[in-house]
Amino acid sequence: MPINYYITLALCLFSIGVVGVLTRRNAIIVFMCIELMLNAVNLLLVAFSKMHHIAKGATAVTGTDGQLFVFFIMVVAAAEVSVGLAIIVMMYRNVHSININFLNRLKH
Amino acid sequence: MDITQVLFWVLTVIAIGSALMVVTARNPVYSVLGLIVTFFAISGHYILMNAQFLAIVNIIVYAGAIMVLFLFVIMLMNLSKSTETLKNKWLQIVGAIAGGCLFLVLVAALKNTEVKKDLVEMGTGNIGLVKELGRELFTTFVIPFEIASVLFLSAMVGAVVIGKKE
Repeated sequence: MPINYYITLALCLFSIGVVGVLTRRNAIIVFMCIELMLNAVNLLLVAFSKMHHIAKGATAVTGTDGQLFVFFIMVVAAAEVSVGLAIIVMMYRNVHSININFLNRLKH
Repeated sequence: MDITQVLFWVLTVIAIGSALMVVTARNPVYSVLGLIVTFFAISGHYILMNAQFLAIVNIIVYAGAIMVLFLFVIMLMNLSKSTETLKNKWLQIVGAIAGGCLFLVLVAALKNTEVKKDLVEMGTGNIGLVKELGRELFTTFVIPFEIASVLFLSAMVGAVVIGKKE
């Protein structure tokens, strides 16, 4: 497959994630949309790594870096989710809602 | 159209459709289920590109661990009834337009790139296998790997400290 199909697919998923972050007020759904954006980037990194591998074609390890970056993104995302969900649980315990409009009191 | 292209389009339609379901569903549980389907479709794409290690890790970490955590929190807080107030319709329309504009700008930027006809290797090549990735991970990337374990430890301690009752 040409790379532009994969780029368009990843852009589509990323834009859906952006729209979700901008329009939804539920903190958990906003968080899931961030995960969706991370996965779009992961898909694009893997596609570019395979493109790089076939374009250079030289040694066996060309393009391995991209897939290892995807692995590290997954590690960081897992750590982020655990802390973020703990914050959401604490917020629910304090204000009995997970509407992110409640967070604007952080301004004061 | 050979079988690879058919699978590519089927997985693409599944991924985009369930991603739209994540954004539009009223009930948060349906959003979680849509996100799980999206992750499985993305894992299918990884398998098509012969990135087997990442496909399995994606299923185990995302669809297995992270999504179960989301479902657990939603059910723990009993949020499955939709309590979201539709306060501002205009805000939603403006958000959708902004996201669409981002998509259009990026696709338009793609039109003039040089790489857009380059092929992605499908089904062959062994850089995605556990053997190659493991060797690279434990030689070149061994220090980031160890730092990632420290990051996990601190995230675990942080989650426990934040989630603890006073």
